[in-house]
Amino acid sequence: MIATLLLVHLPAVLAVASHPSTVDVSVFAVASAIVLAGGVGVVVARNPVHAALMLVMTLFGVAVLFVLQRDDFLAAVQVIVYAGAIVVLFLFVIMFLGVDKEENLRVEPLRGQRPVAVALGLLALVGTLVLGSVSHWTTGAHAVSGPADAPGGNVALLGRSVFTTYLFPFEVTAALLVIAVVGAVVLARRPPATRPEGSPGAAAMPVPGSGEGGAEDADEGAPADAEAHPGTGAGEPDGTGEPDTAEKAPAAAGAAGATGQAAPDVTDAAQAAEGVAR
Amino acid sequence: MTISADWYLGVAAVLFAIGTIGLLVRRNVLVMFMCVELMLNSANLTFVTFARTLNDIGGQVLVFFVLVVAAAEVVVGLGIVVAIFRRRASATADDLHLMKG
Repeated sequence: MIATLLLVHLPAVLAVASHPSTVDVSVFAVASAIVLAGGVGVVVARNPVHAALMLVMTLFGVAVLFVLQRDDFLAAVQVIVYAGAIVVLFLFVIMFLGVDKEENLRVEPLRGQRPVAVALGLLALVGTLVLGSVSHWTTGAHAVSGPADAPGGNVALLGRSVFTTYLFPFEVTAALLVIAVVGAVVLARRPPATRPEGSPGAAAMPVPGSGEGGAEDADEGAPADAEAHPGTGAGEPDGTGEPDTAEKAPAAAGAAGATGQAAPDVTDAAQAAEGVAR
Repeated sequence: MTISADWYLGVAAVLFAIGTIGLLVRRNVLVMFMCVELMLNSANLTFVTFARTLNDIGGQVLVFFVLVVAAAEVVVGLGIVVAIFRRRASATADDLHLMKG
């Protein structure tokens, strides 16, 4: 078992260290070729859709390398999560934004940036290989989370470790996913339409308590009616929403119960304004 | 015997270099994200290789968490791209100079 990189002695590695079977060697060679070809394809593809498909190729190759190292669960998760979810998300955004047109890679906005970038990348690669081959990166400390090849299978071992040793990080992961979902919804939400400029009602609007609705389809007749509505309350600002909607929302938000969340209040305000206008 | 760990580490290093070069060279924000995914996969391959070599399940657990964080990162990053695209109508990193003095 060799823990250091010996890529400078490539022929000696296979001859001396171990004698892998022909199947292992061929599977590894094919999977590595797929991984590296896919990586190069991501970088040089002019069309973003082609780059995403090349990324799928790389991810499948990495999954095969996982299987080759007896890591079945992560290989399945790799295919399901990466190739099934993340790349589909990429493709969805590409199609949604309509940026799937060919990019001219010959134009170089910064003169001389590409050769320098490639040279630096190759320098980092060579440095990594040299450092890995001449130094010992492993400390020899004992594992705290158990062996990787004990009887019971990879899935059972991984599950036991996740739900005992790494239980707290696993639960923090749940919070992270919730935050990511909320953040994506807030970021990708369509911003509320701005009011038509130059109208006299727009200049007189920032009076607090005159709930206007603030939604996209609030017409000009809504403010006066909403102000005349007796049930709109004092309108304390909740302050959690975006600045342009938060100062319009509070009147109806107070009527709706002031739940503290901006988006439902805005929709409630819009519905209240529409109901009053009719 | 199986393949020596050195070969896996070499493939991971080359993949990381490809991702780095792509991140530096490309200007499309989406393709830059894909290059970040390449680098994350290279790190995952290194983790799994060391988990097998050192006989420690911790490396595989760490790959599990890296997958989760990568998914969250992609979701938020693509949300930012969509939000930027609404204002600027372009997905090129050169156009993002809103904070330029």
